[in-house]
Amino acid sequence: MTLFWTLGALLVASAVFVISQRKPVYSVVGLLVHFAVLAIFYLTLNAEFLAVIQIVIYSGAILILFVFVIALLSSGVAPFSVGPNRMPKAAVPAAALALIALGLVVYGIVRTPLVTAGAHAATSIPGPAGTANVFGSVADFGKALFTTHLLPFEMTAFILMVAVIGVVALAGEETPFVPSLRRARIVEREMREAILRGGER
Amino acid sequence: MNEAALPVAIVNYIALSAVILFIGAAGVMLRRNPLIMLMSIELMWNAANLLFLAFARAWLNNAGHIFAFIVITVAAAEAAIGLAIVVVVFRSARTVDVDEVASLKG
Repeated sequence: MTLFWTLGALLVASAVFVISQRKPVYSVVGLLVHFAVLAIFYLTLNAEFLAVIQIVIYSGAILILFVFVIALLSSGVAPFSVGPNRMPKAAVPAAALALIALGLVVYGIVRTPLVTAGAHAATSIPGPAGTANVFGSVADFGKALFTTHLLPFEMTAFILMVAVIGVVALAGEETPFVPSLRRARIVEREMREAILRGGER
Repeated sequence: MNEAALPVAIVNYIALSAVILFIGAAGVMLRRNPLIMLMSIELMWNAANLLFLAFARAWLNNAGHIFAFIVITVAAAEAAIGLAIVVVVFRSARTVDVDEVASLKG
């Protein structure tokens, strides 16, 4: 109970930190805290494997990717007041509107009767952490992943392959797939000059 | 103590998830730095994941765990492609401000 509210407050505070920082690097640090707290949250929900995955994939892979791109772009070059890091002008009214909308959503959720335990068949029962074959243990997760849900698991391999090919095609060196604005202007000018010359190239 | 019971009622998890989702949505709509917008999208993915795991625990059905796993995979792919697009846009337009990048507007 106390743990839920402590972790929940940390989650919300770090999320607000992420979107309220001028420099993206500070946002990454906030996101790191957010993901770490979320991993602890997953542990309280008996999701041991997902907690580890959260740290490894999110904090280890995705955040490092963000840090590399920030270092690559150095997007802090433009002055903060006019550059992409500028803060929104109408932040206060926007935040007020968002809070009202959020209040309505939460009110609706709280007022809606929810079907909870017993509606669906339990796949396994919870037990002390660290033991095999209890709900949420690595063995339990692995068995579900490789038997009942094998097809979605294999589709993740396809998704990742598409992502890798997409990233290489987009950001690879001297790629023919992405026409740069400069190259497009050169081609446009050459075509216009060719037309002015009377069609002879 | 009943082993099947959640630490707190499920509605608290839904409310917390909604709060984080709204913070992420506010980040996407208010900020003009594509990197912070992508991070806000990650916040929203994670809000959904939290709810998947909370309901999986409430119903003791680990299909929610599998779905959260798929969501993490898709989020990783999305982050990689999104950042690649940011790099390409920066190379081409020399800015990453999403208000400046408007050549598709016509």
